[in-house]
Amino acid sequence: MELIFEKSRVGRRAGRAPDYGLPKPELPLELRRTHPPRLPEVAEPEIVRHITALADRTFGVDTGFYPLGSCTMKHNPRVNERVGGLPGFRDLHPHQEDEGAQGALELMWRLQAILAEIAGLPAVTLQPAAGSQGELTGLMLMRAYFRDRGEERDTIVTADTAHGTNPASVTMAGFRLERVETDARGNLDLDDLRGKVNERTAGLMLTNPSTLGLFDEGIEEVARIFHDAGALLYYDGANLNAVVGISRPGDMGFDIVHYNLHKTFSQPHGGGGPGGGPVAVRDTIESYLPAPVVVRDGDVYRLDHDRPKSIGRVRGFAGPFGVFVRSYAFMRAYGPELREMSEVAVLNANYVLARLKDVYDLPYDRICMHEFVLSARNLKREHGITALDVAKRLMDHRIHPPTIYFPLVVPEALMIEPTETETKERLDGFVDAMRRIAEEAAESPEVLKEAPHSRPVRRLDEVRAAKQPVLRYLFDEHPALVS
Amino acid sequence: MSYLGLTDADREEMLAAIGVATVDELFAQIPASVRLDRDLDVPPALPEVQLVAHLSELAGRNAHTGVELSFLGAGIYDHYVPAVVDVLLSRGEFLTAYTPYQPEMSQGVLQAIFEYQTVICELTGLDVSNASGYDGTTVAADACFVAKHTSDRAKVVLAETLNPQVRHVVKTYATGFGLEVVEVPHRGGTIDPDDLAVASADAAAVMFQQPNFFGCLEPAPELAAAAAEAGAHPIAHVDLMSLGLLEAPGAYGCAMAIGEGQSVGCPPLYGGPHYGFFAARQEFVRRMPGRIVGETVDLDGERAFVLTLQTREQHIRREKATSNITTNQTLLALAGLVTLTWLGPQGLREVGETCFALTEYAKERLGLPLVFERPTFKEVAVRLPRPARDVIRDARTLGVHPGYALGRDYPEMDDVLLVALTEKRTPADVDRLAAVLAEVC
Repeated sequence: MELIFEKSRVGRRAGRAPDYGLPKPELPLELRRTHPPRLPEVAEPEIVRHITALADRTFGVDTGFYPLGSCTMKHNPRVNERVGGLPGFRDLHPHQEDEGAQGALELMWRLQAILAEIAGLPAVTLQPAAGSQGELTGLMLMRAYFRDRGEERDTIVTADTAHGTNPASVTMAGFRLERVETDARGNLDLDDLRGKVNERTAGLMLTNPSTLGLFDEGIEEVARIFHDAGALLYYDGANLNAVVGISRPGDMGFDIVHYNLHKTFSQPHGGGGPGGGPVAVRDTIESYLPAPVVVRDGDVYRLDHDRPKSIGRVRGFAGPFGVFVRSYAFMRAYGPELREMSEVAVLNANYVLARLKDVYDLPYDRICMHEFVLSARNLKREHGITALDVAKRLMDHRIHPPTIYFPLVVPEALMIEPTETETKERLDGFVDAMRRIAEEAAESPEVLKEAPHSRPVRRLDEVRAAKQPVLRYLFDEHPALVS
Repeated sequence: MSYLGLTDADREEMLAAIGVATVDELFAQIPASVRLDRDLDVPPALPEVQLVAHLSELAGRNAHTGVELSFLGAGIYDHYVPAVVDVLLSRGEFLTAYTPYQPEMSQGVLQAIFEYQTVICELTGLDVSNASGYDGTTVAADACFVAKHTSDRAKVVLAETLNPQVRHVVKTYATGFGLEVVEVPHRGGTIDPDDLAVASADAAAVMFQQPNFFGCLEPAPELAAAAAEAGAHPIAHVDLMSLGLLEAPGAYGCAMAIGEGQSVGCPPLYGGPHYGFFAARQEFVRRMPGRIVGETVDLDGERAFVLTLQTREQHIRREKATSNITTNQTLLALAGLVTLTWLGPQGLREVGETCFALTEYAKERLGLPLVFERPTFKEVAVRLPRPARDVIRDARTLGVHPGYALGRDYPEMDDVLLVALTEKRTPADVDRLAAVLAEVC
């Protein structure tokens, strides 16, 4: 389809700014814009059609099943959008004095309290903008904690199954990385771990359940190893959807936890964002949290900026407030039955696993949590069909592919997370599609190699995109469209 | 719970297929000692009707711009968000899609990001843009990181007239990045190019804001030249809404341009979520953080779009990545794209002219001493006869929020009020502000 720039014609327009008839002041000559920006010139009806056409070429949870592992693509309740748009939230300026923002501050305080209960840790900052910023915040907290204690610790341990954000955050926070292996059951290898934890170790970053969808059965011993060495444990909350109300990171021994409000607590993903990455900590770490923090004095709520030991601010204002409204509404819709949310997420995953493990390889044959990892290596070995081919063929069934080629410890990985909001019919439809694809791998592999067959585009030349990058519209190749 | 779709019969059938008797058995892998043996201690579930009532009650206790005439700015501006943005936000395909990892499923959102990158390049006069960062503060830290890794220098220079929250976030990140942060004080509301030249020696980057935090217009081309002369990358922190009138940073030699995108397409929303934009010259593209969409072709040779240059990113490069960012602010950035499309080049210029004219009108009408003798764009600092905090408190009792107390960040400016004028304010609103200030001062 055409780009918006190709629908542009000189002199067309949609919006106008009010002109109050005031005298037109002059800018200093040397600061004035010399060439007008080539923004599209389009009338409103065509803007609406353009957005609609783009939406038609995009697949969301609203379109169909979206079992993208580790992304928790659950239904986004529409009531959350409605309350997120209330003028008292939407049109509230973040510099408003605290007494003019009591409703917003109370909402954040209540959200902090619920998050603290879910983590089993007492203190929460809402500031981080996403999970990866929560990770970075957590690592900064570790650094501040050890500096305050006069300890020099420079190493963070991560699992070989960790999301790429973990090692990237370690580098950004100025730590050294140590990697520990996964054992045959999918748990952290305790022998490997013991050899890598010492007086230089600041902490562990762990996703539990892991990206294999398995709860680490040795978690108590893992916690003991780190705490005995004087180190801290960080919980990557990417997979929290498995255990809300069932097991709390704080009770597992973690000292710092981040949540992904856009995964577990249903902030819509928006094609890549926004998200929210609050962080909860043990009382010994509370004083280092980013400022400001929402506090309550009697019946009055306020932003507390006076935090002398704080690591400082990690983003603007008190966090992505609109995300808080949606996630708070989501939690209030469930109440203590948030536990049922996680139970059904785990039930759905195990059901799909049970119905697929005879046709795809299962590298770790255990009851899974909210997601599981299959391998297409049997199809590759027997028919030359890869995880990528399976993923592309699923598209022809109007199903979004699972996460593929991750975690790295599993070859031809297919990481599948159904979430709790799917009906059994949807799950069965996915199972049928996956089984049919496995049959096709034997019968007509070329159909899979060429898939998808029903999308607006066929497979893309991704090498060309990277080798000869075209990262913006090239007006100079279309001179007739601009003045 | 209404968000779940299983019947009791479904559950029985599914448990049988798995080969367990109860849901509880699925959790046997969790050691008993770390299982929660009670219900979560959280408030009870609310049906949707009561949920809306509860949230409405909370929302109703906030003094928003619909109930209070507000002149607050200081980084977040109450510009008009056009109704066509609602078309975007209400389409479930955009709202409920993940990052477009599978391009055949996501051509719409990928093309939209490509269009967004193009308008950001056009406005800033630079070659490349990413798909967005978290906000106007974190993109500043990102830019410093890029500067460090493309210069082998470890010092960054920040103008004191740069938004205090932006400086604060850069300092928070600086330790982990191994960066030294130096600040240059202002002289009469703007940065002196000679001061900047001295501070820029051995610096990886120099960051200044145009218009600056006081609302003043910096001698931006001279600042960029002073930085470049010293071998430091000039980085401009700019307001997209000003770039119909003000020169593009790329045109006066900036290596990178960044900023808070909120003014274009996002309501204030008590601080977020908004979007940070990040644009740079071509030479920085392989060090840039975040998602980037590129054009390519499919098997039939048809134009198509895809996430590209992913070898920069954490899921490929892990500890060697240029950033840890994954989730960004795509939906908000696309709201910016729609707003800029709706305005077009002429509308963007008109918004700027209206804000500029209103600001000049306010300077005259308020009759208060100007703190700085510098040209301004849509915000002006005025001196009050008493502390700004007290004036704000008293003015609010009369239904007007007169602006931002600069003393919050600059202790020596306790009596200074920063007044922001967007195109949503009218000359009559300014008259009312003048009357209220006259009454409470």
